[in-house]
Amino acid sequence: MDPRLTLALLAGRGASWISRRFGRGGGTVLPGHVVPRIDPGALHTIASRLSAGSLLVSGTNGKTTTTRMVAQIASRAALAPIHNRSGANLMTGIVAALAAHSDLSGKPQGDLGIFEVDEAHVPVATAALQPRVLALTNIFRDQLDRYGEVDLVARTWRHAIQSLRGDATLVLNADDPIVAQLGEDARCRVIYFGVEDTSIGSAQVPHEADKRLCHRCGARIQYTWSYYGHVGHYRCDSCGWRRPEPAVRIISASTRRDGGSDLVIDAEGTRLEVPLRLAGLYNACNAAAAVTICRSVGIADEHIVGGLAEFEAVFGRQERIAIGDGSIILSLVKNPVGFNQVLQALFGSEFRAPSSESEARGGESKIPELGTRDSKPETLLVIAINDLFADGTDVSWLWDVDFEMLAGRPLKIVCSGLRAHDMALRLKYAEIQNEVVDVEPRIEAAIDRAIHAAQGGAQIVICPTYTAMLAVRSELQRRGAVAPFWED
Amino acid sequence: MRLRLVHLYGDLMNLYGDRGNIMSLQRRCAWRHIELEVTQVTVGDRVDPAASDIFFFGGGQDREQETVSRDLAAGNGEAIHEAVDDGAALLAVCGGYQLLGRFFRTGEGVEIPGTGLFDAYTVAGSSRMVGNLLIEGDVGGERRSLVGFENHSGRTYLGEGAAPLGRVVVGSGNNGQDRLEGACYRAAIGTYLHGPALPKNPWLSDWLVLAALHRHLGEGAALPALDDSREVAAHAAAADRVRREGNVRTSIR
Repeated sequence: MDPRLTLALLAGRGASWISRRFGRGGGTVLPGHVVPRIDPGALHTIASRLSAGSLLVSGTNGKTTTTRMVAQIASRAALAPIHNRSGANLMTGIVAALAAHSDLSGKPQGDLGIFEVDEAHVPVATAALQPRVLALTNIFRDQLDRYGEVDLVARTWRHAIQSLRGDATLVLNADDPIVAQLGEDARCRVIYFGVEDTSIGSAQVPHEADKRLCHRCGARIQYTWSYYGHVGHYRCDSCGWRRPEPAVRIISASTRRDGGSDLVIDAEGTRLEVPLRLAGLYNACNAAAAVTICRSVGIADEHIVGGLAEFEAVFGRQERIAIGDGSIILSLVKNPVGFNQVLQALFGSEFRAPSSESEARGGESKIPELGTRDSKPETLLVIAINDLFADGTDVSWLWDVDFEMLAGRPLKIVCSGLRAHDMALRLKYAEIQNEVVDVEPRIEAAIDRAIHAAQGGAQIVICPTYTAMLAVRSELQRRGAVAPFWED
Repeated sequence: MRLRLVHLYGDLMNLYGDRGNIMSLQRRCAWRHIELEVTQVTVGDRVDPAASDIFFFGGGQDREQETVSRDLAAGNGEAIHEAVDDGAALLAVCGGYQLLGRFFRTGEGVEIPGTGLFDAYTVAGSSRMVGNLLIEGDVGGERRSLVGFENHSGRTYLGEGAAPLGRVVVGSGNNGQDRLEGACYRAAIGTYLHGPALPKNPWLSDWLVLAALHRHLGEGAALPALDDSREVAAHAAAADRVRREGNVRTSIR
């Protein structure tokens, strides 16, 4: 028994109790400040006692969903996971999760640590946890005010990779060239996942692509296929650098009428058919990352497929809430690539259009489009943009989102939040009729309208930034539309 | 009427919603029945001064910026200067602004030459100046406020030959010391304002178009007024928020 560790953990419990008791959050972060104050080595000590080790996941988009998929799969495989479920992904959140799930001697009450970690905290988390797997999913421009340029994030990840154990596995997205290039520096096993279904995506590289020049020779990278942002198939004609061959490949992804999707994944030669309850190519990529991570720690395919099949949307990520005759879809937005994917999944036709053949087989089709001309119930889109620290204080990213795809649809749009007027202006320049756009900076008033419309049978889509999401949730909760508390 | 907008290195330099600036110019021209033809000029392409009425030059990452600076030195820098001397309008934001100054001195003391369109130079700083930026300046003979966001570590200092775009009300501006922001030379403007700069400051957008029109139609050219209620509301809301909350400082970890 280590008295210092025990004291630290006792203090952590106290902090957690105080934080819950006095309503300053769910106790998911405060112990993370208190514990290392008393025992700076606590994280390392507890983590090193996890019998199945730790897995770390980072990336601009999808880390919460991917981590939770892995945790779901691990539970099915009878590995008790310890997990920063709440998305508290700074070091304090990881410490708090471990402290909450260990006894006072510092013995963890679980086998496997599964942690999502903020992009900037990857090096310190890697050093402290010595993970078995480090999975890096993507880097997009996100909160330039906070993280700096994407190259800066890639540079910090490079350092983290240097400190991985020799027997660790590095899981990388082959389709993101900024991420894939990091495999070159690894001294451990590297395994790539990627998408190889070219019935999705296009030969056009979108404007928000963040990688244009080869990191090796500085020549322009050639994209032969693009899925979103700079994610796709690419090569450098000048020095020969190219997309690494993925070991786990999505060979087809199609959307079902019920809003879920069917994936066929080739996992190192084994064909997996995975039904997902989520839509969107980005969720297919999250699933491929989860498959790769789980296989690399030896979890059996039946648990992987089973865990993914029962996986439900994460808090605020395409969450559906029934109200009266209508429903509300809540989808967090935080950067252009993510927002575009949400718009695509909800209003566009990202996956292949139904061919007559697949129609005949029944089932396969693009997502039932919202706001199409013949859709009877009106669709109301609430976009709530705040500019507090957790949202990103720079709202210029709204101009990189393709709202143009909403023009001409019979939608009503309410712009809300601290930057409601910025949002409305952006829609004006996307040539969306002024008459369909209302500005209501007060989130509670915007939610009033949404609930009223939902009770009348309308489809509601709410896209908030992070702190706006918290406000939206608490408004919905106050009105009894969602459960009073949530573990997320 | 037809005007030609040249988007300089748009594939390499397009941080911070820069394309919003192009959208502002494009839509506001379209609403006035002015055709604005947008062409991209990138590494290896040549700028034709006679076929360039308005330039837009955005910000980029260090690596891209180095590539672009070499290409500018190979002739495009001079061509841009020639067009501006002939009356073309120009907006350069952040990295683009720095590249059009006389030089950029890195942390190691190396001087990377700029094109010298603006009599200004930039010195690398150890900390970034990040946050909302509100300035006041003269736009087309009227006192106007301009609001946006800045995110830069370079400190820019103006020489005799450059006038500032405005004085800083909230934020850091060129260097965080002299309360000046931006640089003007003829109808060329360099600034750290993004956000993007033009949509919420429509008077600046119109000033650039008007300058380009003057080149073709003479000083008498004028722009019909537009319904700018959304623009004015967004400007006022942002400016109010900045005045009330100050420069919400964030740090790069």
